[in-house]
Amino acid sequence: MGVEGIGARVTRKEDQRFITGKGRYTDDFSVTGMHHAVFVRSPHAHAAIKGIDKSKAEKMPGVVAVLDGQQLTGDGIGNLICGWMIHSKDGSPMNMGAWSALATEKVRYVGDAAAVVIAETPAQAKAAAEAVKVDYGELPAVSDASKALESSAPQLHDNAAGNLIYDWEIGEADEVDKAIAGAAHVTEMEITNNRLVPNAMEPRAALAQYDTAEDHFTLHTTSQNPHVARLVLSAFYQVAPEHKLRVIAPDVGGGFGSKIYIYPEEIVCLWAAKRTGVPVKWTADRMESFLTDAHGRDHVSTAKMAFDKDNRIVGFKVDTIANLGAYMSLFSSCVPTYLYATLLSGQYAIPAIHANVRAVYTNTAPVDAYRGAGRPEACFLIERVMETAARELGVDPAELRRTNFIGEFPHQTPVIMAYDAGDFGATLDAALEAADYAGFAKRKAEAEGRGRKRGIGLSCYIEACGIAPSAAVGSLGAGVGLWESAEVRVNPVGTVEILTGSHSHGQGHETTFAQLVNDRFGLPTDNVQVVHGDTDKVQFGMGTYGSRSGAVGMSAIVKALDKVEAKAKTIAAHLLEADAGDIVIEDGEVKVAGTDKKLGWHEVCLAAYTGHNLPEGMEPGLKEGAFYDPANFTFPAGAYICEVEVDPATGQTEVVQFVAADDFGRIINPMIVEGQVHGGVAQGLGQALMENAVYDDAGQLLSASMMDYTLPRADDLPSFKVSTHETICPNNPLGMKGCGEAGAIGSPPALINAITDAIGNNDLAMPATASRVWAAMNS
Amino acid sequence: MATVSMTVNGKEVSADVEDRTLLVHYLRENLHLTGTHVGCDTSQCGACVVHVDGKAVKSCTMLAAQAAGSDVTTIEGLANGGDLHPVQAAFKENHGLQCGFCTPGMIMTAVDMINRHGGKNLDEATIRAELEGNLCRCTGYHNIVRSIEAAAKAMG
Repeated sequence: MGVEGIGARVTRKEDQRFITGKGRYTDDFSVTGMHHAVFVRSPHAHAAIKGIDKSKAEKMPGVVAVLDGQQLTGDGIGNLICGWMIHSKDGSPMNMGAWSALATEKVRYVGDAAAVVIAETPAQAKAAAEAVKVDYGELPAVSDASKALESSAPQLHDNAAGNLIYDWEIGEADEVDKAIAGAAHVTEMEITNNRLVPNAMEPRAALAQYDTAEDHFTLHTTSQNPHVARLVLSAFYQVAPEHKLRVIAPDVGGGFGSKIYIYPEEIVCLWAAKRTGVPVKWTADRMESFLTDAHGRDHVSTAKMAFDKDNRIVGFKVDTIANLGAYMSLFSSCVPTYLYATLLSGQYAIPAIHANVRAVYTNTAPVDAYRGAGRPEACFLIERVMETAARELGVDPAELRRTNFIGEFPHQTPVIMAYDAGDFGATLDAALEAADYAGFAKRKAEAEGRGRKRGIGLSCYIEACGIAPSAAVGSLGAGVGLWESAEVRVNPVGTVEILTGSHSHGQGHETTFAQLVNDRFGLPTDNVQVVHGDTDKVQFGMGTYGSRSGAVGMSAIVKALDKVEAKAKTIAAHLLEADAGDIVIEDGEVKVAGTDKKLGWHEVCLAAYTGHNLPEGMEPGLKEGAFYDPANFTFPAGAYICEVEVDPATGQTEVVQFVAADDFGRIINPMIVEGQVHGGVAQGLGQALMENAVYDDAGQLLSASMMDYTLPRADDLPSFKVSTHETICPNNPLGMKGCGEAGAIGSPPALINAITDAIGNNDLAMPATASRVWAAMNS
Repeated sequence: MATVSMTVNGKEVSADVEDRTLLVHYLRENLHLTGTHVGCDTSQCGACVVHVDGKAVKSCTMLAAQAAGSDVTTIEGLANGGDLHPVQAAFKENHGLQCGFCTPGMIMTAVDMINRHGGKNLDEATIRAELEGNLCRCTGYHNIVRSIEAAAKAMG
């Protein structure tokens, strides 16, 4: 390990601009002639649009246009799509309802846009938007997924009878039923996974420009995957052909999944920029973010886990209803299926698993992947059930898990996934030791002396990252391949540019990706520039989500570096009259091993570009690209232990200790990895303790501001004890697994297990607010 | 419309703005100081914190006109030329930021916090309580707390 190479705690290159106020986020861009868009959003959860009176708004100061859905579809702009086809168990394709970027006949959730105003200033646009009179014919609404399945429920989409999007299954039902029938013990639970609002700190924004001379669009947008945005905007929404559309995702202030998707606003801004002839900027206010950013989770499940007389799991049966909201967002369909039910084996050897999932339309914001995406829902089920089973069986929760751990790899689960490497005992041991598990009884007694109820809870999670082998996901319904691309450009002076299809919105790619170059060639990371987030600069990429930028994005960089290294060695061998196999590159020098013959790295690079003396037939230049398609998913795993104290008078919970022991495979920058765990755990504890997106029965979002939706603040959380324990992933060149989502996946069950342990009542739903805990304590 | 003048980052500035213009919009739109961010519309997130006459203020809660004649410091004016302020340096050194969006507000809050309490008197519980007005969604606050502890020590 060098000072800046793989494994080094290198401080971040990108920080300089962020700490001095020089970051450039979408809303920071202004262009000549720029106008502002404000959307006219439905206050009703379900209503027919009987008419739109724009006459007053159109005459207001600064207004250049008031546009509606009829005009949008009239101009040939296509409907939004979900890009992952799921088939129901009867073989029928999922029922995708039409979703126009501006509603045409009906609005289906509060916040659904019926029109847009384009005006000179944001204030003028806002005032005019309030003057647009939409004649709504209110319809009955449904916000709860289980109620949406009832025969009396209002219907959202004509092609989705009973609001059912799909009724899907995985695994062998007969085998599981047989296992349950013959079991020594069955633990059965009903579990709700609460709906969340991602709340990246930077609200979504878009700035669309249209160049009439070139018939060319430029879109600045808050995106985790600008290339996918361009592809979808072109191929499905017919906004512009790909070669006439440049998408730039500059600095992006957090995503957590919510900025993967292509939303109506980007489509409308692009379309409006051409139609009105002025650049159009839209920036969400926070209430719009609450109403229209894709939400996360919202599952209701029943789970039955069967054990034999030796406390070994013999079967696991799950039935889930997933609320997908009013429309199918871009990847929504895969979240409660292939990102969820395929992880239901957890860390355990389970011979039979069956899951049935019904995805349902409701009059709520679309639901899609949010940090963890399906895997937190799976982990919460498994780990709540395991802890509960341990209590029912009267065994130590750690030991029940250990009894059932998968110990040999590769391990084929009954639900598609083939785990390639891991050491679940090692992370559990590390967590138990860091948490002083053995000393808990003493701490509990001490807390009792202070009048506080102390509890401890475990969670042993596994997830699937490295998304994803293209052929595998293609066979499961994905509309795209999930490889990644990279280009390594070495300049004539020896500095290096890495162009990547991954996108950094907090993950520190500009630093970690540069560390790969340092590790390979011994160049300082200051000599490396990472270029991302611009479709004009980077040819293609699939973006950043699912903890894929390490295992997939960096693997592509490694492949491109391999090619650069090979060419540089061939040039050096030619210049030094040596065999390429004897050339080594280290510390910025290119040497013939075992001799004192060497060249500076920059000399080899310059030779590549002068072309004066290259091997016969070699093209000049030193620039290589690569596409990397993963061979398998990766499987980060670990053990989390949460310790809480509950105030019996109020039900208020204090998280007094949180321990994370993770196996992420090889780690490039431990400082950044630890930061990812901290942030993930904070979001997971937020879900379990305080966050909740609440719709009333009429479909009004009651928690639509930061005053109503409780985000964790600094004084809600403790400092975290984190550690990592590597088993190397055998399926990618760096041995990486991914670390971005683990914290959000593993922490919620640890917290709820701890609170229920403290209060002696296992019946507690997320979020464990003081009132809920108090009620559970006193029921 | 009114002409609003103040000192921002040591420079006299003046602009004609609507009476209802918030200080944050004056800074971002009239002065193009986009380091100060808007993360919410209810004064909850603290991404817009600047210093007005030496005190941390959420610039979304104040009219530009209310700051007339004041001395305003934004994140862009915190460093002394090429030398980072100790709080800026500590955030970098301790990985106190990820996406960077809340960071300007966090840093301005932290500077004010350390100035008020004195570097020696800031323990973790106080820092966490003092950060009550600033939201971060990336770091879980762990390394923000470490950064402020380190900066407080450095500023003594």
